[in-house]
Amino acid sequence: MIDESAKSLLATIREKSGQDILACYHCQKCVVGCPVAEFMDVPPNAIHRLIQYGRKDEILKSATIWLCAACETCGTRCPNDIDIARVMDALKQIAVKEGVKGKERDVAVMHGLFMSGIRKRGRMHEVSLIRDLKLRTGGFFKDIRLGIKMFRLGKLSLSAECVKNVKDIKQMFDRAKAIE
Amino acid sequence: MTRIGVFVCSCGLNIARTVDIEEVVRAMGDYPGVVHAINYKYMCSDPGQSTIKDAIRDENLDGVVVASCSPALHEVTFRRTCESAGLNPYMCEIANIREQCSWVHNDREKATQKAGETIATVVEKVRFNEALVPISVPVTRRALVIGAGISGIQAALSIANSGHEVTLLEREPSIGGHLAGLAETYVTHDCSPCLLSSRIVEVKRHPRIETLTCSEIEDLKGYVGNFTAKIKTKASLVDPVRCDGCGLCVEKCPVAVAPQTERTPGKTKAIWIPSPQVVPAEAVIDRDICTHFQDGCDLCKKVCPRDAIDFDQGDRSMEKEVGAVVVATGFGLYPKEKIGEYGHGKYRDVIDGLEFERLLSVWERQGREIRRPSDGKVPREVVFIQCAGSRDPEHGMPYCSKVCCMYTAKHARMYKQAVPDGQAYVFYIDVRAGGKGYEEYVNESTKDEGTLYLRGKVARVFEDNGKIMVWGVDTLLGKKIEIAADLVVLATAMVPSEGAKDLAMRLKISSDQYGFFSEIHPKMRPVESPTSGVYLAGCAQAPRDIPETVAHASAAASKVAALFSRDKLSHEPIVVNVDEDICTGCAICVEACPYGAREIDEWKRIASVREVLCQGCGACAAACPNGATGQKNFTASQVLSMIDVAI
Repeated sequence: MIDESAKSLLATIREKSGQDILACYHCQKCVVGCPVAEFMDVPPNAIHRLIQYGRKDEILKSATIWLCAACETCGTRCPNDIDIARVMDALKQIAVKEGVKGKERDVAVMHGLFMSGIRKRGRMHEVSLIRDLKLRTGGFFKDIRLGIKMFRLGKLSLSAECVKNVKDIKQMFDRAKAIE
Repeated sequence: MTRIGVFVCSCGLNIARTVDIEEVVRAMGDYPGVVHAINYKYMCSDPGQSTIKDAIRDENLDGVVVASCSPALHEVTFRRTCESAGLNPYMCEIANIREQCSWVHNDREKATQKAGETIATVVEKVRFNEALVPISVPVTRRALVIGAGISGIQAALSIANSGHEVTLLEREPSIGGHLAGLAETYVTHDCSPCLLSSRIVEVKRHPRIETLTCSEIEDLKGYVGNFTAKIKTKASLVDPVRCDGCGLCVEKCPVAVAPQTERTPGKTKAIWIPSPQVVPAEAVIDRDICTHFQDGCDLCKKVCPRDAIDFDQGDRSMEKEVGAVVVATGFGLYPKEKIGEYGHGKYRDVIDGLEFERLLSVWERQGREIRRPSDGKVPREVVFIQCAGSRDPEHGMPYCSKVCCMYTAKHARMYKQAVPDGQAYVFYIDVRAGGKGYEEYVNESTKDEGTLYLRGKVARVFEDNGKIMVWGVDTLLGKKIEIAADLVVLATAMVPSEGAKDLAMRLKISSDQYGFFSEIHPKMRPVESPTSGVYLAGCAQAPRDIPETVAHASAAASKVAALFSRDKLSHEPIVVNVDEDICTGCAICVEACPYGAREIDEWKRIASVREVLCQGCGACAAACPNGATGQKNFTASQVLSMIDVAI
């Protein structure tokens, strides 16, 4: 059942995340502590098991990897010291790299826009992010009430700010890309 | 004149919760013949016992009734208390008002009444009790150990090392038991033949151990300290003194046995030498398959340079006087054919744990990789199925075999070390790894060897195109699993060794519903059988692993050593006696006695009692048609007066 592709998936995850998922004994403490587990289609521990089985497609198309908020509650509580958020991160990277189109794609889009905003300015600009996100994903009026409330409280600034040395930020991104 | 003291125990609240202790004491104080009645919170405590002692002296008591828990717990305690105050211990009796009253009733009023009546019946008994003196019997300082696996070997060595003679009995041609057939042992991966051989060599060299192989016990007569064991030794057809284990005969023997279907290590021909480190290191002939008795083949006899083959050798019988018996008959495995859904016995590549041990053993592999039985291919994917029969009421074994979780982890690890690119799967219900370093060992198996543990039972195993297909489920994921395996290893349930029930009858010891021998008390007396002088060691009593077996066997040996440390043993004097004027010699008592304690005196033509054999069960007294047999301190008049009070 465990074939060569399963073994190589396991090795990739181990390398990218630095986590030994074979240590998982499926106590599901991670599932119980996770604030978003109830919205996930595959529980975090089951992701470990599916990696062992080599079910790459199933994992990369799952909502789980994108719903993970990387709050690290699971990793903090794991009796076997597995940093599950890092495993999820590794899986997200693979999904992006391989262009897998799974569930909760909006989250992936949001991640991409967030990073390109940072790359451009070194800081996040909420209004630009909201604009780009809405343009890419639709649903312009979905969160309008929340937007108005935030605007009134002065949380949304119309003018975008930059850090002093934007070039350095770009260099950081280039270095990171090169390492990858 | 009768002066009886009644001592009522509250047992904390155990008795006092349901029984009105004050009321009982008041009522007993007025009872005829009772001169002293008192209660105490814990009568078995030191101050409680002192109360009894003081009353015996101050009130000049000639009988004591302690109303408390079951006599099984504290009869001895209170009898000793009385003895230390100068009263004959057999003048002390227990009225059980806990197990048979307070614990089983709710109605306080009725329970109080019942407690009073129970005590009254015992007062009536004590009134007519006789002061008795224990019967003194000699002790033979030789132990018989039945079974020479690791538990028997350990027991024999411990007893012999404490200075006593031991006869070690083994029905197989060589000693060592199952341990001799294991490749390595968990958690340390010691080579089991090496582990065993140091013990075997010690047994062989020990001046106080006599080892009898191919031998079984036919009958055990007698009683603690004085047993007579009838032993039958099967002919091995080889003279043990002449044979030096050169192996020429094995080479020439034309009758081959398929090596891996046979569990006996080393058995490849009709004549064989059990294993390289075996004791005794001599050849044996399996009479059932040797063709000498059909066609007169005598190739082995011709080739033997020391003329050791003796086809005329007959079975021998002997009697041994022993003082104690240790039963260390070990275990067997649940028959493969009975687990049809796993294809055991149907497919050659579905094997049990002991067979896999042989595939793993260095001796069998001779440096090669491990090979599967059917076609000799190296198995790339191996499925281990735990609880094959165990924890399965449908198969009649609701119990856990206790060792399988650990040996399966060991198998998976050893397999992975032998076939580095292979994959091991383990189907389990729970992993039970309670023991020093055990849990860590299993976890290392998943982390280091990548063994995939799948929680769930296997539903079906079948052959398809050279693969053994395993249908199971991963209950953690709720997914059906199908594995195309090359080899399937079943952790079949441990059952009592073959013939255990028969042996229990011959030794007059009891066994549980599964056939494992019963101990007297699961916590406080775990190595003693209900028959005094017969002790239990190892898996004969319940499934356990090697460290536990060694500890259990050592415990049994220490019991034997304690028994042998006494010059004389004392036997309970509550035995039957015969009124010679009434007995007609009908011999009904002889048939009724399960202990062989009754016989007919040829001269007097009446029945007599061998007191040291009598266990005081009362069967013969009840069977005696004219009341000639009576039991001391349980006479007919005593019992009748007890009944009078009760109704």
